[in-house]
Amino acid sequence: MLHILSDLFFVILATIWDVLPIALIIFGFQLFILRKPIPNLKKIVTGFFLVLLGLGFFLEGLEAALFPLGRLMARQLTDPAFIAGDELGRALEWWDYQWVYLFAFAIGFSTTIAEPSLLAVAIKANQVSAGSIGIWGLRIAVAIGVAIGIALGVYRIVTGTPLYWYIISGYVFVLIQTLFAPKMIIALAYDSGGVTTSTVTVPLVAALGLGLASTVPGRNPLLDGFGLIAFASLFPIMSVLAYAQLSEWMARRSNKPESL
Amino acid sequence: MKSLKAIWTAVFDSLRDLLPIIVVIGFFQLAVLQQPIPNFGEIAIGILFVVIGLTLFVQGLNMGLFPIGETMAYAFASKGSIFWLLCFAFALGFGTTIAEPALIAVANEAAIVAAEGNMIENSEESLADYAQGLRITVAISVGIAIVLGVFRIIKGWPIQYLIVVGYFGVVVMTFFAPREIIGIAYDSGGVTTSTITVPLVTALGVGLASSIKGRNPMVDGFGLIAFASLTPMIFVMAYGMVV
Repeated sequence: MLHILSDLFFVILATIWDVLPIALIIFGFQLFILRKPIPNLKKIVTGFFLVLLGLGFFLEGLEAALFPLGRLMARQLTDPAFIAGDELGRALEWWDYQWVYLFAFAIGFSTTIAEPSLLAVAIKANQVSAGSIGIWGLRIAVAIGVAIGIALGVYRIVTGTPLYWYIISGYVFVLIQTLFAPKMIIALAYDSGGVTTSTVTVPLVAALGLGLASTVPGRNPLLDGFGLIAFASLFPIMSVLAYAQLSEWMARRSNKPESL
Repeated sequence: MKSLKAIWTAVFDSLRDLLPIIVVIGFFQLAVLQQPIPNFGEIAIGILFVVIGLTLFVQGLNMGLFPIGETMAYAFASKGSIFWLLCFAFALGFGTTIAEPALIAVANEAAIVAAEGNMIENSEESLADYAQGLRITVAISVGIAIVLGVFRIIKGWPIQYLIVVGYFGVVVMTFFAPREIIGIAYDSGGVTTSTITVPLVTALGVGLASSIKGRNPMVDGFGLIAFASLTPMIFVMAYGMVV
């Protein structure tokens, strides 16, 4: 209990250190270039303080509760002894990894739902679109994209196919979708690729990639362990575009006013 | 009484956001791996912390990060100096990325990969130099990305044209970059945008688009993050080729 509290203190200190350059830039430009007092300064400083405190608690809580278990789990699930089951020593095929794919899908989905930066973007998109983009609709669309992306990324590590094949075909697919997607969603969809992978997703997904790349025969953890984040940032673009197309199509079919 | 209810709703929302992870980890631990949950008390405290943290973060977001991003966007728009706005955009992109812990971790791993592939000497000094250079490269690339993104909002260019150019850049670089660096380069796009940068940059973009005449905050305001996750890929591959 005591060490959690002292860890919390250090995590908050580290967060303050991370935020310092941002605060310096904002207040520097405000004081020297814009030369205007900040309206509601007290409220904004309180807000910054709450963000710092919140991130501190959030990161320490993840580190104390979920990350150790999640990382251990990623290691155990990728262990050949677990995958081969009773027939230890036989050559493993890609379909033997079904639990790993399921874990990748589930952990991709669930960590994305908890990702604070995605929540921030969803709140903003909801405000800007005057409610026509639902907070939950966007978050679930992104989470499905990350889940599919990570599951496919895991399959790539198991089979050892080159990363850039997937990424380049993904790009082509995104560009084709862009031609047909409603205009208002495009920028938001491209953004959702970058926001999905931060504090919650990266540590767990990195553990999964590293675990797989070091246990699958013929893989080099230094070369093949990377790439899952790239999948997790590409596939949400597709799923958000698809979500917008689907809602537009359904709105047209029921002849109601267009909404997302 | 009313505020107490608001706090309860906020805590409940955070708990709901967290529930999927708890279910997934619980299911795999108990049903698939068939092992007990260790340190139950510690995990309970940790989950409590995560819920408190997420609740405070969302409160602070609406009180601090969103308003300051928008206030500054309006202030720059009314000041009318594109030069200072672009300077601010670069500083924000560079400053938030250079200190990003996830980037520091990725840069250190990249240095190890480079040494393994005999691209650099395997000594502590050259590893540290390589990682440092990579971090600065990525930070510069994010700075440029935000400048480009802000410029696009001012001009009202459709985002997809710029993204096509970016994708093309990534594909071309992939053919020339050393094989070892490609995975790291692709990943670096996703790790640069942190939890504090995203709300700030989003508020800046949306604020700009709503204060410039003829821009639609939905169509033009988003997209800054998209650039910030695209340019690092190109720059990291370029770094791998040059160093």
